[in-house]
Amino acid sequence: MIDDLDQRLLSAIQQGLPMSPRPYAELGAQIGLSESEVLARLTALKQDGLIKRLGVIVKHRQLGYRANAMVVWDIPDEQVQHIGQLISRLEFVNLCYRRPRHGATWPYNLFCMIHGKSKETVLQQLALLEQACHTQAFPKQVLFSRRCFKQRGAIYTKSEPATAHG
Amino acid sequence: MLTPLHKRLLNDYQRDFPLSPTPYQDIALELGVTEEDVIDAFVELDEQDVITRIGPVIPPNRIGVSTLAAIAVPEAELESVAQVISAYPEVNHNYEREHRFNLWFVVIAADAQHLAQVLADIEQQTGYPVMSLPLMEDYFIDLSFKLDLHDD
Repeated sequence: MIDDLDQRLLSAIQQGLPMSPRPYAELGAQIGLSESEVLARLTALKQDGLIKRLGVIVKHRQLGYRANAMVVWDIPDEQVQHIGQLISRLEFVNLCYRRPRHGATWPYNLFCMIHGKSKETVLQQLALLEQACHTQAFPKQVLFSRRCFKQRGAIYTKSEPATAHG
Repeated sequence: MLTPLHKRLLNDYQRDFPLSPTPYQDIALELGVTEEDVIDAFVELDEQDVITRIGPVIPPNRIGVSTLAAIAVPEAELESVAQVISAYPEVNHNYEREHRFNLWFVVIAADAQHLAQVLADIEQQTGYPVMSLPLMEDYFIDLSFKLDLHDD
């Protein structure tokens, strides 16, 4: 489990790593840790999977990836894991989750996200996905995004919510 | 405009950013440029609003709890309802999507009780029921995104 200092470190680094020659020393100075302690803790958090990756977080929309579809399927419970794993291996898919159904209004239990430069490319990729993962027979919906009202990184600490991310 | 250096930084450093005292110097050595070039290029990417930041991606539900929520709102009210929802610090994504459920947002909180409180509060503030779809299983391993940065 993570301790209070890890929490504070994650909270600080989620504001963005400083763009200066000794960024980890700067982060440490904000929360009372030495540079080597910061590096050791971040390394451990990464090894434990509490940091999935550390690096540049890009804004897809600003780079021309304007089409974004959330695709959802209603897959029988006994098949959903297998199909989810197949979908997640495709290069153009960037998220794939199982979520609960919500009565008759929302019978869908498998979600994936496809980013593309246009709706056409996203739909082409979806057609490839359906062929490769044999999902054609299952009910599905394609929800393209329109306006983005808010986009920010996950901030999991109780205090000092960060204000930026994409 | 993106330079070749910008593109390298965007594509090659989404994961495994150097965990050393001088990460920008390490990158500079890998790319055959100076540390100052690397830092300047990152600052430019930030100023051009192409990156959010350099930082960690934390998997859902490892620290705190989160859910994907959706709400069905008449078109005329969508913008004002979206603003009410975006104002919550616990909400970190909020998108309009083409569906009867036309507003989709992610809520994160330190614990389940606080999460439930925020959802109930949003229902009360907006007057619409919120459909909450918390994650059950994550099939995806890698969140970095391979960019096609050819000019088009």
